[in-house]
Amino acid sequence: MIASHYVYWTFFALMLIGLYVVISHGNLLKKLIGLTLFQVGVFLFYIGLGKRDGGSAPIISDGVEVYSHPLPQVLILTAIVVGVATLAVGLALAVRIFEAYGTVEEDEVVERDRADLATGHDGHQAAGRDSGGS
Amino acid sequence: MTGQLPVLQVAAPLLCAPLCVLLRSRTVAWLLFLVASLASLTCAALLAVRVDRSGTLRYAMGDWQAPYGIEFVVNGFNTPVLLLVSLSAVVVAVYSRRSVAGELAPRRVPLLYACLCLTLAGLLGLAITGDVFNAFVFLEISSLSTYTLIAMGRRRQALLAAFRYLVIGSVGAVFVLIGIGLAYAVTGTLNMGDLAQRVTGGHDNRSLQAAVVLVFVGLAVKMAVFPLHAWLPAAYAEAPSAVSTFIAATGTKVAIYVFCRFAFTVFGATLVFGAMPVGRIGLLLAALGILLGSAAACFQDDLRYLLAWSSVAQVGYIVAGVSLATTAGVSAAYLHMIMHSVTKAALFATAGLLLLRLGTVRLAALAGVGRRMPWTFAAFVVAGLGLVGVPPTAGFVSKWALVTALVEQGQWLVLAAMLSGSLLAVFYVGRVVEVAWFREPTADAEPAAAPASMVTAIWFLVLLSVSFGFDASLPAHLADAAASALLGNGGG
Repeated sequence: MIASHYVYWTFFALMLIGLYVVISHGNLLKKLIGLTLFQVGVFLFYIGLGKRDGGSAPIISDGVEVYSHPLPQVLILTAIVVGVATLAVGLALAVRIFEAYGTVEEDEVVERDRADLATGHDGHQAAGRDSGGS
Repeated sequence: MTGQLPVLQVAAPLLCAPLCVLLRSRTVAWLLFLVASLASLTCAALLAVRVDRSGTLRYAMGDWQAPYGIEFVVNGFNTPVLLLVSLSAVVVAVYSRRSVAGELAPRRVPLLYACLCLTLAGLLGLAITGDVFNAFVFLEISSLSTYTLIAMGRRRQALLAAFRYLVIGSVGAVFVLIGIGLAYAVTGTLNMGDLAQRVTGGHDNRSLQAAVVLVFVGLAVKMAVFPLHAWLPAAYAEAPSAVSTFIAATGTKVAIYVFCRFAFTVFGATLVFGAMPVGRIGLLLAALGILLGSAAACFQDDLRYLLAWSSVAQVGYIVAGVSLATTAGVSAAYLHMIMHSVTKAALFATAGLLLLRLGTVRLAALAGVGRRMPWTFAAFVVAGLGLVGVPPTAGFVSKWALVTALVEQGQWLVLAAMLSGSLLAVFYVGRVVEVAWFREPTADAEPAAAPASMVTAIWFLVLLSVSFGFDASLPAHLADAAASALLGNGGG
């Protein structure tokens, strides 16, 4: 069972490593790296589903009898676009957090919010945020 | 033309989004959002009438027939969701003009409307699609635009709230994706109706059971079911007022609909609630969510955090109804979904108006505001009573239906949790009323004038909730049709 499905075990290991990084790291960028690893594991899992032993790329050509399944590949093309968009929004937010707090460590950000609360400053950001990127 | 209604429903807001960005004018962007939401509402109303008269409508995207092509399905189970989402969008469009102008830098305003259009398109698409992978794509469209909208909040805390929601929301969406992949590996199809047929008989299949677990855990994040609710309070409370009004009314509700769609019409009730203990787990988490959400709401000292925690509790009520998996339970869940959506939108909209007029919604700063702005606060009180479930408000009708459904199944512990949740709601709504009406005003600065458009939107929601309290025949009819479509497996 393990031997014949070793590909899936590898992919699931990759997913779990990604998920562990997301949970265990407080650095926002490392969280995003973990998230991407997790997503890539799932992408590979889909591609693995469509692979057949000895199958060639799903392009009709002479003398080829066995093809890999094209549908999972198409689905993952869409999912990769979604993944890139997620990463882009995540990185943009990390940049904005760095501009607003001067750090990308989650603990320090929370610490600064708490300090704000204690001093009565409500974190209102008027000037700083519009000088930043669009 | 009418044959194209299902796709127009989603295409209208989707096309308006890039126009908002390209034209870069605040007024034009607002008009585009208004037009998009009105168009969606028109489509939704026409579709609801047609479905009511002649049953399921199917639309093959690009004329590629299902199960090979992507299919849009309109049936009793999603017409209430389509109506709810597009109606909320229209109200928020009216509300947002002045609210957004008061909270955002001018050059960000067109971007906000672009994201609102995208969120609307994503939520409508999620509600209308009949293809599981397409559902994942729409889920991500609505989620990504929601993260961006939350990050536009006026305080810097909004950024971390959005980031946390992005991380946990993406993990949830990827769980859904793995689940869909496993279901596809087992059945070889992505069409919901086709999946439902091929799933029957495969109840002992481990991969299929794993698929059910992964899809439901992923959706539970989006539904904010306890204990996966951690993203919700900060996300709702830090977002711009118009955004929190919109997502509080629609976001979790659409995710709950998708849960119902997967549970009853994709995997099937015999697998999900019979062979697997999803119903029992759902009831347990719902009861815990109601108690902890309501209790946490009592300890908040910021009005918007209080409302957001109350949303966690209200999701519990809806999940409890769905988890019963009976016609009465699902119908009550739909009813509560509609009623709570209207009520909570009214409350968040009022909180947004208070924020605009006073500059803060910390409870300490609200002392005596009831006396200084009686009309604004009267709206809050009426909607707050709806949250508690006092007759004759909308909340009473749906909670009564839920109680009846729970008694029918003998779920006394969940019933006890629900009633204690309502008592806690009396306390946390009462606390706001006490501060606002019975304490001496602290500051004597005159509050800013209330913009007429915002007041109109708030009172429309409040009066809608009261009228549903007196005559719930329309929402009850929609909810019953939804429950019978889901449990009769009439859609596929």
